[in-house]
Amino acid sequence: MTLHEPDARPLLLGGPALGLRLIVLAILSLGLMVADHRQNHLAVIRDWLSAAVYPVQWAVQAPFAVWNSARESLASRARIESDNVRLAADNLVLRLRQMRYDALEQENQRLRAARESSSRVVQRTLVAEIMRVDLDPFRQRVLVNKGSLNGVFRGQAALDANGIFGQVTRVGPLSAEVILISDPEHAIPVQVNRTGARTIALGTGRSGQLSLPYLPQNSDVAAGDLLVSSGLGGVYPPGYPVGRITAVARDPSQPLLSVTVEPQAALDRDPEILLVWFDSTVVEPEPTPAAKPASTPGDAAGGN
Amino acid sequence: MARRSSLGWPRIIALTLAALVATVLPLPDWLEILRPDFVALTVLWFCLLSPRMTGLFHAWGAGLALDAFRGVLLGQHALALIVITYVATKLRLQIRAFPPLQQTAVILALLWLNEFLLFWIDGVSGHPITDWRRWLAVPAGAACWPLISGLYARVAARR
Repeated sequence: MTLHEPDARPLLLGGPALGLRLIVLAILSLGLMVADHRQNHLAVIRDWLSAAVYPVQWAVQAPFAVWNSARESLASRARIESDNVRLAADNLVLRLRQMRYDALEQENQRLRAARESSSRVVQRTLVAEIMRVDLDPFRQRVLVNKGSLNGVFRGQAALDANGIFGQVTRVGPLSAEVILISDPEHAIPVQVNRTGARTIALGTGRSGQLSLPYLPQNSDVAAGDLLVSSGLGGVYPPGYPVGRITAVARDPSQPLLSVTVEPQAALDRDPEILLVWFDSTVVEPEPTPAAKPASTPGDAAGGN
Repeated sequence: MARRSSLGWPRIIALTLAALVATVLPLPDWLEILRPDFVALTVLWFCLLSPRMTGLFHAWGAGLALDAFRGVLLGQHALALIVITYVATKLRLQIRAFPPLQQTAVILALLWLNEFLLFWIDGVSGHPITDWRRWLAVPAGAACWPLISGLYARVAARR
């Protein structure tokens, strides 16, 4: 006992009480983990927790947001003018392209209608801001400031201006967690734009790199080939750019190629992303039109 | 349990919250890898300083909050933290008597145990991170211990 602290509690802690508490709390933690691991048992608690920590997460990133907006409002007139000129020029080019695109889309719709398959282009988008909160340095995940109150759902595809960004893994009322295509646990079905060959691109854990581990030695791929999403699995809309092949290593002693891909989306630099809604009811591929009546929306493969 | 202590609950909660914020504060990539587990350090400091005040329940609550913050499996940080808190509470009289360097070595071992438990839970739940750099946070955390314990002692001493 210390002299100035006259209390009769034991100086040596521990004994059965401490051990018992450890065991009870450990069992409680294990129970939580098991319930959480088997999705959805804790959905309500998760929602509440994510809503409870949101204000703190918001407060963490608020100074950075204020700094950015201050810097923007103080940007020099010259820079704004040059930006304006550049954007006007860009706009002209894009509008020209849009004119052609509108015509092509019409034609595409007609052709698809003739084939009786619904078009799977993006129908609605929602801009979400990436919150400057570090979740885990070894996982490629980000938090965005839109949640189930905005209609965001689990498995929703996220794009940026240049290509596919990732998909929503967890939704809270006000925020959602997005897994990037470069996360080591993420795989996206892709198609080589030049040849039409389909494969799967895996994340590597580094934001500037994906890999294609399932291509046989004789496949026709080369550095510079563009990969687009194939839309298989129904998570991502088909035909959007995913990445560009940077290197193909052909080692004759290996059965498969080792191909590295650079994502098109600016995964580590985007301030905001687009969450998209599209009609994903069609199952591809259908080799013969005769097989049509047999296919139902229900046999769409769950993609990841 | 304790009504009289050098630290009141408001200050304990404030320091724990500060540690949580420090865990998710955006940092440049190279520094992010070295980010110490501030919550583990805070919990350890409290359990060495006033174990009658905080202890296992504090560690458990802080761990759950950390899980919610980082969006990982609910309960994994909580489990790791109560285990190291248990060990630290058992050994606290010896740890407190150690010279600073030796104390830091014990903290290193406890942080390693914490990280190992997290690594193990990650593996069992099917989200393993096998990157060796994840272990860099352990020595970084131990290196921060003298700083953090000095800082907290100053906060605690202020009336």
